[in-house]
Amino acid sequence: MLDFTILTDNFGTYLRGFGNTAYASVLALAGSFLLGTLLAVFRITPVKPLQWIGTAYVEFVRNIPLLLVVYLFFLGLPSIGVVLSPFACGTLGLAVYTAAFIAEAVRAGILSVPKGQMEAARSSGLSYGMTMRLVILPQAVKIVIPPLNNQFINLIKNSSILSVISGFDLMFYADRIASDTYVVFSTYIFAGLFYLLLTLPLSYATGWLERRLARHD
Amino acid sequence: MRQRKWFVLGLAMLVLTVLTLAGCGKKEGNGAGGASPSSSASASSSAASAGGTSALDAIKSRGKLIVGVKYDTRLFGLKDPASGKVEGFDIDVAKGLAKELLGDESKLELKEVTSKTRIPMLDNGDIDLIVATMTISEERKKQVDFSDVYFKAGQSLLVKKGSPIKSIADIKKGTKVIGVKGSTSVKNIAEKAPDATVLEFDNYQDAFTALKAGQGNVLTTDNAILYGMASQDSNYEVVGGTFTDEPYGIAAKKGNADLVAFVNDYLKKLQDSGEYDKLYEKWIGETPMKE
Repeated sequence: MLDFTILTDNFGTYLRGFGNTAYASVLALAGSFLLGTLLAVFRITPVKPLQWIGTAYVEFVRNIPLLLVVYLFFLGLPSIGVVLSPFACGTLGLAVYTAAFIAEAVRAGILSVPKGQMEAARSSGLSYGMTMRLVILPQAVKIVIPPLNNQFINLIKNSSILSVISGFDLMFYADRIASDTYVVFSTYIFAGLFYLLLTLPLSYATGWLERRLARHD
Repeated sequence: MRQRKWFVLGLAMLVLTVLTLAGCGKKEGNGAGGASPSSSASASSSAASAGGTSALDAIKSRGKLIVGVKYDTRLFGLKDPASGKVEGFDIDVAKGLAKELLGDESKLELKEVTSKTRIPMLDNGDIDLIVATMTISEERKKQVDFSDVYFKAGQSLLVKKGSPIKSIADIKKGTKVIGVKGSTSVKNIAEKAPDATVLEFDNYQDAFTALKAGQGNVLTTDNAILYGMASQDSNYEVVGGTFTDEPYGIAAKKGNADLVAFVNDYLKKLQDSGEYDKLYEKWIGETPMKE
């Protein structure tokens, strides 16, 4: 059975890791959402150079391992004289990596709004920007929520990458507890439960939001 | 209301699954004893003393000694990426053990361990012995049985040449010290320099890479390993001498007294024949200090 003394003896340690994981996740979540939405807009604008930037970013970043993205900040930046803390490197890496996936989800959402909506809005005299803001994006939001939820859950779980670069997250402290106590199985099970404390409420909240927005259909 | 019921049901199933899995894990740990001959003798210390074949006999009847060694530690156990061979001081000791026990040094299977995985692997019966730069400590003695000392190491510091850090006394508040997760050195530095920030990595390679990238000011672990790193990159040097006494031992699963006795006999033979000094010089580059 589970060794509950691991949890009670190391509760403070778990909590510290949990706090850092939550902090990194929230920062990366906000960052990746903003960057991802911007990239999605880049990819669907009629402006060619912006399309190229958006496409190049998405194709490059989502096709390399997350660890490499994080190493780019952790080991790459110092070679040009910029040394950020492991926590900052990990969080930045997470945001940059997840943004590529969010860009695709948001783009798919925008494209799934029927073409007639854009045509109707434009022929009523709205500018491209206004059409996006007032007509297309509000409709796209509903479609985008489930895939965004997926990406956010992945982001929270992926934040365990911080443990590799000594980012003091939940997994880092779980590693430390495991190596201090030699109790491996229970230690990581409890770490998993702490991750669930973050991901389950997130799923539940987005489910709620989905239902709320569906009311206006 | 309906939604909520499903949510609660889902949560209950999840908790149930976790608990079931937890039960499975434990059973597997014990059950593995029947699967491999090495752990059948040592599924638990009480089982071993109660009867059945000894660990030593189990290894002999298997015809192969399985030893956990490091693959990332220069001079002790390092995998050469070109040839795929693992070489080092620990490896030669393991070969010697296999030759002594089974008459042929090729009857040895090496498995990679890290400071984090070695004790769980020993407990699971994946390996018979740990020969992996493992420091004998009171805490670890509760988990495993140690042989006599086979290498006298001590903790030291590795810095970039020209660094203001010359000894442990120079580690102040704000100094970033790099170490390896689960190692004794990390605990030591937290005691001796409590103000320092300690960054921990999975293995020595990652730790040294982080030092080279400027993520920390100093890397600390056993001197033997630091000398290996310094020989790899001449921009780095070992400073300050040793500030701890960290004797390396060979570990066997708790309760395997016969295996430990065999290892001790072998180590004594190695010392008496002068073979030990040769081995030491081959890897470390100098003769061992005599008391």
